[in-house]
Amino acid sequence: MAKKVALLQGNDACAQGALYAGCNFFGGYPITPSTEVAEVLSIELPKRGGKFIQMEDEIAAMASIIGASLTGQKVLTATSGPGVSLKQELIGYACIAEVPCVIINVMRGGPSTGMPTGPGQSDVQQAKWGTHGDHPVIALVPASVQEIFSETVRAFNLAEKYRMPVQVLYDEIVGHMRERIEFPEPGELEVINRTEPTVSPEDYKPFDPSFGDVPPLAAFGSEYRFHVTGLNKAADGFPTTKANLVDDEQRRQIRKVDGAQPEIELNEEYLTEDAEVIIFAYGSTSRSARYAVNEMRKEGIKVGLFRPITLWPFPEKRIAELGKQAKAIVVAELNLGQMNLEVERVTKGSCEVPFLGRVDGEPINPGQIIDQVKEVK
Amino acid sequence: MSGAKAEIEIIERNCKGCSICVEFCPTKVLAMDAFVVKVENADACIACMQCELRCPDFAIKVHKL
Amino acid sequence: MAYDYEKHIRPGKLPHIWCPGCGHGIIMKGMIRAFEACGLEKNNTAIISGIGCASRMTGYMDYNTLHTAHGRAAAFATGVKMAKPEMDVIVVGGDGDGTAIGGNHFIHACRRNIDMTYVIMNNSIYGMTGGQFSPCTPTGALASTTVYGNPDPTFDIAKLAIGAGATFVARGTAFHAAQIEKLVAEGIRHKGLAVIEILDDCPTTYGRRNKFRSVIDMMKRLKEIAVPVAAAAKMTPEQLEGKVLTGVLHKEERPEYTEQYAQVISRAKGA
Repeated sequence: MAKKVALLQGNDACAQGALYAGCNFFGGYPITPSTEVAEVLSIELPKRGGKFIQMEDEIAAMASIIGASLTGQKVLTATSGPGVSLKQELIGYACIAEVPCVIINVMRGGPSTGMPTGPGQSDVQQAKWGTHGDHPVIALVPASVQEIFSETVRAFNLAEKYRMPVQVLYDEIVGHMRERIEFPEPGELEVINRTEPTVSPEDYKPFDPSFGDVPPLAAFGSEYRFHVTGLNKAADGFPTTKANLVDDEQRRQIRKVDGAQPEIELNEEYLTEDAEVIIFAYGSTSRSARYAVNEMRKEGIKVGLFRPITLWPFPEKRIAELGKQAKAIVVAELNLGQMNLEVERVTKGSCEVPFLGRVDGEPINPGQIIDQVKEVK
Repeated sequence: MSGAKAEIEIIERNCKGCSICVEFCPTKVLAMDAFVVKVENADACIACMQCELRCPDFAIKVHKL
Repeated sequence: MAYDYEKHIRPGKLPHIWCPGCGHGIIMKGMIRAFEACGLEKNNTAIISGIGCASRMTGYMDYNTLHTAHGRAAAFATGVKMAKPEMDVIVVGGDGDGTAIGGNHFIHACRRNIDMTYVIMNNSIYGMTGGQFSPCTPTGALASTTVYGNPDPTFDIAKLAIGAGATFVARGTAFHAAQIEKLVAEGIRHKGLAVIEILDDCPTTYGRRNKFRSVIDMMKRLKEIAVPVAAAAKMTPEQLEGKVLTGVLHKEERPEYTEQYAQVISRAKGA
């Protein structure tokens, strides 16, 4: 049977991906260029008995999804840079309290109100360092409408599997463009739900490390009763200032992502095998980069594309290898220098890392990338 | 013969010595013993429960006789 | 029989962290009696707090408890209640948490009229951080950040709640210990957002600075300033000068939010 296809906007695909993943609660606040995600879910969630709530502000939207997640729902919010700034405090809360949730950031320019209808990729380091304290981070950066769908599904899977907030960042271009999408059949993409406890309610500890780095999470309103706090806590969920317990908890939370990086990491490599110059690009910029690679290959230039789909945790190992293979890794992104710092860090001087950035509200075009690659000596 | 209408149990571990119970006991059953409350005049207790009701620290239980 | 508070408290969690004479414990006991009177089921009840002394209550109560971030309790609670309307949801916190950093969430919870009970312990100060003035600190009062006297006007929490649309608003005091239970119980039974403000004392960071010689002085002041609404109706404005009304201040019926959303679901499914 032919697959269901549609011409869909990126933000709409995000909403459809969320529904595919079993999202049943959305808490949000209107902000360009992400608002269509909320609009679509305000229509679709109640049809399925799910809940949509437009909260009084970005912080409240984040709070509402954490609260709903603790009752066992699969939850989503969608926003843009200024909204993510407001949500950061509670993204940290979701990290320390280990509450699964998905945050969509449709990136525009900035700082502040910036250029709300223009594209940007300036929030990629914010996704890593935006909230305070030490915490694990997973951030995904889809580059097409189809991939927004599948990466939103994967974001839910990772959030539920690792019991943490997962961010999906895509620039306004990808969010607002319309492309053909093939809807996966139910069951075609994996859908993961959180692990619930099987111990007796008396023995349940919400942060019990004896179940591994990701302890099972019960739901409020079930037969399990538990305490959740933003304070450093022991395995039983209650606050502690005991040095060893705080240290154990903090390190376990970092370890649950570090230890699972091979499962979480997802990259696309295009013609990198023999490449002497590699372009590192993600989101809409990677589309220009792919075009540039094809054009330069016609001229016999050995150039390839490395496209991270999981941006955080950063693909350190592979980038380090490519840094040894290539003369240069050209980083192109819609900001004034963010992920190039990470590429420089992991290549440790083994190759050049020329940077191409743009923040004028226009996309990086293939010609700019070609010029940059050709400058590599 | 004792006239006490209740037996007052002090949970010393919880008492922080705020003296609210002492002040609002209508028959002056309770008194401070350094930083902890004590039953000084048990016979005068009329089992009004004011001390148990007002104790902020879950440190007093009044068992009616 | 002595009241069995322990039934509602997690084993081994007492004594609590509150200072000697702090009214939070008295209010917690009133709330426990109200929970018992209303027959709240532990597994089906969530108690949600923000940050501050009062918000530490969630750690002690043997319910589903969520100790959130400063000011955000009402917003977290809205998510819980919206996701599981069948649960009883209680919000607790202090005056700074609820009306300053959490002011926006507070008024919008009132506006939505979502079926939750918000107990706000108003001790007129930020206690946990050492006594800075809050929106509820009396004008002229001394705090660690108003050593020359507080220049700020004061929020009337009950009026704020009524103005924002809460459908049940009551006020009690930590002195009127028995009344706390009655007000909270009536708030829980009310369908919609119930705000119960309990005027409270902070002997450590407010009392000492503001010339209260003891906890007892603070308790006596709560007794003196409180006037039940029925009694107030017979008093002149002059007689009511410096007094605060206590009891049920406002009660109305208005559609409740999760019931309204259930209708949204019906309409969406029918569309």
